[in-house]
Amino acid sequence: MYTTDLRTAEEKAEEARKGVPRSALDTDALEAEFQARIDADAYIEPKDYMPDGYRKTLVRQMSQHAHSEIVGMLPEGCWVGRAPTLKRKMILIAKVQDEAGHGLYLYSAAETLGTSREELVRQLLAGEAKYSTIFNYPTTNWSDVCTIGWLVDGAAITNQIPLCRCSYGPYARAMVKVCKEESFHQRQGYEALLQMMKGTEAQKRMVQDSFDRWFWPSLMMFGPPDSNSAHSSQNMKWKIKRFSNDELRQRFVDATIPQAEFLGVKVPDVIVKNAETDHYDFGELDWDEFMAVVKGGGICASNRIDARKKALEDGTWVRDAASAYAEKQQVATVAAAE
Amino acid sequence: MADDWDLYEVFIRSKRGSSHKHVGSVHAVDSRLALESARDLYTRRSEGESLWVVAAKDILASDPLEGDALFGPAADKIYRHPTFYEIPDEVGKM
Amino acid sequence: MGCIYQTEENPHFQYVLGLADDALILGQRWGEWLSKGPTLELDIAASNLALDLIGQANLLLEHAAELEGKGHTADDLAYLRDAHDFRNHWLVEQPNDDWGVTTARMLVFSLYQYCRYEALVKSSDAHLADIVAKALKEVSYHRRFAAEWTIRLGQGTEESNQRIQRGFDMLWRFVPELFETVCWEQTLADDGIAVASGTLQDAWEAEVTLILTQANLSVPKGDAHQFGSRHDGHHTEHLGTLLCELQFLQRSYPTASGAVW
Repeated sequence: MYTTDLRTAEEKAEEARKGVPRSALDTDALEAEFQARIDADAYIEPKDYMPDGYRKTLVRQMSQHAHSEIVGMLPEGCWVGRAPTLKRKMILIAKVQDEAGHGLYLYSAAETLGTSREELVRQLLAGEAKYSTIFNYPTTNWSDVCTIGWLVDGAAITNQIPLCRCSYGPYARAMVKVCKEESFHQRQGYEALLQMMKGTEAQKRMVQDSFDRWFWPSLMMFGPPDSNSAHSSQNMKWKIKRFSNDELRQRFVDATIPQAEFLGVKVPDVIVKNAETDHYDFGELDWDEFMAVVKGGGICASNRIDARKKALEDGTWVRDAASAYAEKQQVATVAAAE
Repeated sequence: MADDWDLYEVFIRSKRGSSHKHVGSVHAVDSRLALESARDLYTRRSEGESLWVVAAKDILASDPLEGDALFGPAADKIYRHPTFYEIPDEVGKM
Repeated sequence: MGCIYQTEENPHFQYVLGLADDALILGQRWGEWLSKGPTLELDIAASNLALDLIGQANLLLEHAAELEGKGHTADDLAYLRDAHDFRNHWLVEQPNDDWGVTTARMLVFSLYQYCRYEALVKSSDAHLADIVAKALKEVSYHRRFAAEWTIRLGQGTEESNQRIQRGFDMLWRFVPELFETVCWEQTLADDGIAVASGTLQDAWEAEVTLILTQANLSVPKGDAHQFGSRHDGHHTEHLGTLLCELQFLQRSYPTASGAVW
């Protein structure tokens, strides 16, 4: 067992023997206490009582998030070798490294709910778990790497900041760390684009091309429209979602369009400032495309999972060796002690 | 990823004079590897100058259901707190 | 076309360039592991190694550019030289292959780099001494990382033992090059600027032997002796391919024609 189930082996054995979980008290009372705690803006911690649905939803959400970080390393990681200056190369390595780190923070938080990282990764590779569909789009030029920083990380941060106050303690704490680290991701991307816009026509074309390809998919990162969102109201009640998809999407568009204008890229004609609401209207998104990409229709969907599988398979002998070595060391230590 | 590697909880002391604080966990085959992974993962931005790792299976945690029994009794011992005692203003700061 | 780094031309610059190129090329190789490592933890470790090395390369190239005095930047030197102008050792340009070969290379090289930097902390080139003093801490960790993984793989399973042994066996032919002291290097060493590579061999051999023995691995025999890049810009085929990737954007969108990164 390698989850943060913080019981000792003896306790677990004892419980198994009794066959009665200690929490088999009055479930209604426990549930009421649980909800009251959330309503009071207090945190739920790993060993607290929680309804199965809460646990399942959180594991799904956190693992999807973790998988997105890990799969997200691929489209950017493939540009590390080609970064145009030493400075950009170091920034990109640090950023992709952060993504691995964020994946680990999130797996670590998800494990506190009793599902191991091994199992979560198995679900990813078996196609049972989702990750952000945005990473099924290819990075075809350098500008894409910068645009991902600006738009994709920007959208992610918009999504994540409210989660720093979500009701599940380990998730909230992980998100605080992730958000703090991720603000550099967005800034470096935008700054790199600003630089390119000072360059040649060919570079400007590259920036525009990448904006055109990533803008709409980044809006889809907020998920389906509220009218069509399966889990929203319960998740709001549990405070593992604090704003609706459409609210967050609007917030992101309102922040992004002025940035795009400052950058000097042409934004789609359909986007106009609504004088009445003081928000940008952006029309309907192409949800057919979104659903197709969710279902694995993105250009890179199978490449991404294959790449993760290959890394795992190629590394099997290394992990086996480390385990074997640790066992031998343990045997040696025990032998020396005797 | 780590097939059946143990979970280690990670504690960091951000600077001398502070105590170690829990920051998360890593998977490792042994405590030495856990320490290195923890260094790589949790101190990328100079977050600390000292690290502890401890196998999660070696931690015994209190049960929240016993929270009242364990921690409730302390709640009404108000005489342990300085504000319980009224000292006339004339005495000054004490 | 003649190599611009003939021995008579600014050996001090060439020497620092050599240090920089070793760090740059090996850093580029470590970058290739990103998102391909055996565990996510090792992905992070690999990128730390890459960051350390490219950071060192950046500082060393800046210094080299000053010594060259032709108005080049660190990026110019990294991105606009062809293979024959690179001064790195053959060892670092070899492909990563598997984790065994990568680990074997890192042990061989980081022990060597540590010995080198340790001596260069006392260089009369104060700027170089500063850069190296900072880098020494990083390499000290690299050395430890490589040694631990060598032992772990050497003692782990039969397969891991064979794989890392294969790494040492494959790469051992590039070891002699590390310890060649060329005449201009000796002159720089006499002036207290550089360290003569040959003087590092004994300490290096002692350490590497100790670690390989502890790891249940055998020390391969090294007798292949060829002249290396630091003499006349000869490289293995791998450097050219590596540079294609490294330099692609700067070549396609030259800064000289107005590109800004």
